[in-house]
Amino acid sequence: MTAVLAASAERRRPAFSFGRWLEREGVFGWLMVAPPVVFLVALVGYPFFYGIWISLQDRPVAKPGVFVGLDNFINDWHDPVFWQVVANTFVYTIAATLLKMVGGLGLALVMNQDFRFKNLTRALLLLPFIVPTVLSTIAWQWILDPAFSVINWALMATGLANPGPSWLGNPYLAMFSLIMVNTWRGLPFYAITLLAGLQTISPELYEAATIDGAGRWGRFRYVTLPLLKPIIFIVTMFSVIFTFSDFQLIYVLTRGGPANATHVFATYAFDIAMGAGQFGQGASIALSMVPPLALIILAMAIYMRPAKS
Amino acid sequence: MTVDRRGWRMRLLTLWLPLGVSLLFALFPFYWMAITSLKSNQELYSRKVMPLIVHYPTLKHYVDLLTETNFLLWTWNTFVVAVVSTAISLVFGAMLAYPLARMRFAGATLVSFAIAATYLVPQPLLFVPLADLINRLGLGDTLTSVILTYPTLLVPFCAWLLMGYFRTVPIELEDAARIDGASRLQTLVKIVLPLCGPGFISAGIFAFTLAQNEFLYALIFLTKTEVRTVPVGAIAELVRGDVFYWGQLMAAALLGSIPVAIIYSFFVEHYVAGLTAGSVKG
Repeated sequence: MTAVLAASAERRRPAFSFGRWLEREGVFGWLMVAPPVVFLVALVGYPFFYGIWISLQDRPVAKPGVFVGLDNFINDWHDPVFWQVVANTFVYTIAATLLKMVGGLGLALVMNQDFRFKNLTRALLLLPFIVPTVLSTIAWQWILDPAFSVINWALMATGLANPGPSWLGNPYLAMFSLIMVNTWRGLPFYAITLLAGLQTISPELYEAATIDGAGRWGRFRYVTLPLLKPIIFIVTMFSVIFTFSDFQLIYVLTRGGPANATHVFATYAFDIAMGAGQFGQGASIALSMVPPLALIILAMAIYMRPAKS
Repeated sequence: MTVDRRGWRMRLLTLWLPLGVSLLFALFPFYWMAITSLKSNQELYSRKVMPLIVHYPTLKHYVDLLTETNFLLWTWNTFVVAVVSTAISLVFGAMLAYPLARMRFAGATLVSFAIAATYLVPQPLLFVPLADLINRLGLGDTLTSVILTYPTLLVPFCAWLLMGYFRTVPIELEDAARIDGASRLQTLVKIVLPLCGPGFISAGIFAFTLAQNEFLYALIFLTKTEVRTVPVGAIAELVRGDVFYWGQLMAAALLGSIPVAIIYSFFVEHYVAGLTAGSVKG
């Protein structure tokens, strides 16, 4: 069949025309797509596999590496700090994601009413998300300063604490502070995206639910939540990936301290690779992010899978 | 009357109160940035004065920042890097998005899948091999190093967003142009692109703010003051040893945020459209 078609096409086609050849979907499509694909393969695909190759080497900075197999990963396995890093990353990711999800949903519901200056409010609430993270984190570092923290000033002024805690010096408080700052930055993204999702829900559905006797909670539980689920899923997936691999915020506020209490994968990998100059070991720590991330994404995909019905 | 009052109370409780608290939480750090940058060191490091307002405002930190550090140069670097990498990302993004949105060809599905996967690759996964690569190419301490690597973070997003916009162009318009003898390239440039202006603005604004925000690659690739961007310059040079120059740091943080905030304020709607496009439309 195809042979017949090809043969007839062969017969009809006059001379080969370069212009016409260019117009074919397959040719034009690939000519357009090829440059960016080559670019991404060269600077994302190749480095990814090259990173795996580096992680299998003992490789000090600027020296040729020696192939050592899985030694770097075995070292990670026996490194107590590595396991602390794993625990820290999970605590940080889970706590911050939950806060952002719940807070963001709450804020989206509040914003989904008619009020004056709605657009201005939305623009202002998004500011933490658009301002360069490092710069706003510097402001937070000053807010949490051991000697001149404005929070501690407020605690003292109201008589709640004297002299007030060391927000970044105490291991637990340091993690707490990081989670707060991460929430501060990421919550607007949740709120605005979920608000956009809320606005796509038809008011008729709420009317129908009300007629069926649903109250405020019932409407939220049986109309809002199920319809919002696919959006919550996508937003949460992004948020989990980028919180799990966060670097900037932690690097600026604590550099992983005090005593590794806030080190996460990215900051620890950076310390080992750039600070200690152990490229192979650093790459192995960075790559260790992949299995847990893949597991989280898979679990979320199964749990929150949009219903196909 | 009573109904009115109850309605008002309800509105206070479910709208204005949570909104007020959220705004306070969201904006306080910026207020703190601003007033800290205007205080003299004497006022800054005194525990006796009430810190919530500026008692004796001074521009000393701004003057010092602009005269004693390379802040203006960093700002220029950041701007150049953000503009060039955004431009590259928009061009590459469109080159990917148009065929994937409009045509069927072998491998198209694979390419779109690969783009989605690239979007999800977190940056810290690649910094070690990229650092080595940049070194071997001799691009360390050049703006080229970040101009080359930032689009890897931006292209997948731009492609994804633009794909949605290209699909909204009625196919009949393109067919009509093709029947009139326009080539595929002419159809794209003369018919499709002019109709997708808002998509390019959304993708561009988003890419621009992301490029201004990037820190990890800039920190690793740019170690000389002449090539630094604002975030790296502030962290690396306004903190000397253990000494934080808080006044200057806050001035730098504020000045560094202003360009992004201004551009953003002009295009809020486009920015929000870009932000929510991936999850709401997709």
